[in-house]
Amino acid sequence: MFEVPSLSDLNIAATLPVMSLVLGTCILLLADLFVPQERKQLTAWLAVAGLGVSLALSLLSLGDVTRFGDGDEAFAGMFVADTFTDAVNVIALVTALLGVMVAYNYLERTGTQRGEYYVLLLFTTAGVMFMGAAGDLVVVFVALELLSIPLYILSGFRRPQEASEESAMKYFLLGAFASGFLVYGIALIYGATGTTGLHDIWIAVDDIVAGDATSQYLLLIGAGLMLVGLGFKVAAVPFHMWTPDVYQGAPTSVVAYMSVAAKVGGFAALLRVLAAGMPHFVLDAGAPAAWQDTVWLVAVLTMLLGNLVAIVQNDLKRLLAYSSIAHAGYVLLAVAAAGSAGLADESAQAVVIYMMAYAFTNVGAFSVVIAVEKDDASNTGVTSMRGLARSQPWLAAAMALFMLSLTGIPLTAGFVGKWFVFKAAISADLFFAVVVGAVTSLISAYYYLRIVWYMYFEEGDGEAVIPWPLAAAISIAAVGTLFLGVMPYLLTDMAREITLAFGG
Amino acid sequence: MKLNEWIFVGIFMALAWVFPTIPIVLGKLLGPKRPNPSKQDTYECGVETVGPAWVQFRSQYYIFALVFVIFDVELVFLFPFALAFNRLGLFALFEVTIFIALLLVALFYTWRRGVLEWL
Amino acid sequence: MVPLWMYLVVAAALFSTGLYGVLARRNAIAILMSIELMLNAVNINLVAFWRYQKPGDVSGQVFAAFVFVVAAAEAAVGLALIIAIYRRRQSVIAEDMNLMKW
Repeated sequence: MFEVPSLSDLNIAATLPVMSLVLGTCILLLADLFVPQERKQLTAWLAVAGLGVSLALSLLSLGDVTRFGDGDEAFAGMFVADTFTDAVNVIALVTALLGVMVAYNYLERTGTQRGEYYVLLLFTTAGVMFMGAAGDLVVVFVALELLSIPLYILSGFRRPQEASEESAMKYFLLGAFASGFLVYGIALIYGATGTTGLHDIWIAVDDIVAGDATSQYLLLIGAGLMLVGLGFKVAAVPFHMWTPDVYQGAPTSVVAYMSVAAKVGGFAALLRVLAAGMPHFVLDAGAPAAWQDTVWLVAVLTMLLGNLVAIVQNDLKRLLAYSSIAHAGYVLLAVAAAGSAGLADESAQAVVIYMMAYAFTNVGAFSVVIAVEKDDASNTGVTSMRGLARSQPWLAAAMALFMLSLTGIPLTAGFVGKWFVFKAAISADLFFAVVVGAVTSLISAYYYLRIVWYMYFEEGDGEAVIPWPLAAAISIAAVGTLFLGVMPYLLTDMAREITLAFGG
Repeated sequence: MKLNEWIFVGIFMALAWVFPTIPIVLGKLLGPKRPNPSKQDTYECGVETVGPAWVQFRSQYYIFALVFVIFDVELVFLFPFALAFNRLGLFALFEVTIFIALLLVALFYTWRRGVLEWL
Repeated sequence: MVPLWMYLVVAAALFSTGLYGVLARRNAIAILMSIELMLNAVNINLVAFWRYQKPGDVSGQVFAAFVFVVAAAEAAVGLALIIAIYRRRQSVIAEDMNLMKW
């Protein structure tokens, strides 16, 4: 029959960062029951503590100060604890910390102060971390649901408000629909390779490439269906339809968090499956992997549609939603690059750098929207930015920085991210896609700089509410955006250590 | 499967038809026939229905049902563990302990939020 | 013995039925049920592949268990959302949710 693993095979120490977060979240869930309704800020502080512990452990592991456990695998290969896992952990936890900070006062003034908010947010973060650490398709699937299900609830968190409920409903129905595609893809991959372990799939792909056409088609269709499921999570065209509606209806503090977290999780899983699991799935000798064409085509469509439709948007949340679709396209370009021989590691590094830059920039941009939003969720139009430079010069300066970073202007984090993504894509000979990426970046300057124009050159009352936790979050995001832009080597030196591929 | 094993299925199906048919037929043939209005009534647990049957249930009931569904389905993970318990050893016991601890956290939460109290 | 491809055809048909249901039905509960159909099609696939290709290794069966546990969790959250919306609007028709354009 099968071999019974021993307790030491669990290697549970290697999972310490995410396990500490899960444990902390469970404690938070119970502790919140005893926090009185008028002092729910205490729950937020406990959430920050839980995230902080996990972040410290992840940083220790990423900075190679200590390695937890022995070897890269835990739970008999289900869980992979390598440098990529650590990097994903750090991005997810930083995003979650910023997410808690921006929610601190927002929940109170919109009358949705419930402790479950933070619990759900932490569970989602654990889902993202598990996705980055997935060594098995089972983990990919369960982690995806752990990431998604709390997000469905969070989008509907502003309960008496219809737009929020509606966005939760749409997100739920389409999300569940997409996960159906994902598991069908997993089932076909299991049928083609006879295993769900990513390392075993990596081994099995060699036989399939040399073998009969049936298995090749099964694997190809399976990978395609997984791309549909994960493409939905990261809002890639043509699976993006939900994004603007959900982002517009959901509470802005949730959107600030999930626009980054869901993408980090989705791309981490895509890299685990495509770049680590089947980079050598080559049907014609010497060609790149069979899935590469599809991925870069999706990337091109995503960049084009996201940027072009964003131009005509007049609501800030909808505009940033289309902008987040466009950015999914840039990251997908890096994922596509992993299909060329020997580029898996470089593309994983590019994705990590891009997502880190995007985390700071995008959470920052949404935080500014939170600052100008009224308590009844109104005043999120582009025109609400009018006159902000006069009434709130620092807020306007931060927003201008975020907009420049989203455009990809040098000396901001966004530029560094795009640089590495395009570099990986050029190494993979995806010249057409890179040209599209460069052109759409230019186009995006129009709608991003339009916001800057409104802030600095048009008259308006420019009202904004900036309690100190929100101000702290915006400051951290702005400093991060600037810091990564001016001194990119701090991040890139660390990212260079990231390896993803099995056996090279 | 060999053909003669299917014969048992056939016999079983035949018996399944015969057994309910016999008492129904016997009842028709032997029983006295004296119908009256109360015998023709809809039978619902012996109590006559008051008001329309299409009333909405309390929402309390539906949360209770959802919680039940979740815990019920989680059992599927314990079942294989229970079957192979003798051969699995400490490894599986450890994992199942974590699993049950998580379920207990959820149970405690639902209990404290008052979901388990019947109103 | 029934060949593997028959199971795969049944699963694909079931999946397509669910797919059609999601796209064509207007009632949110019916959409949820169609999604469950899609997940059940996946379970047929998983168990069939397990039985025919790797009967010694349990991962296909275990995955099927995971799929329906997750499906139950998803259904619970979905029903809660649907009821929350129903209470306010007295409607579970997906097309009535048109505050924001799709």
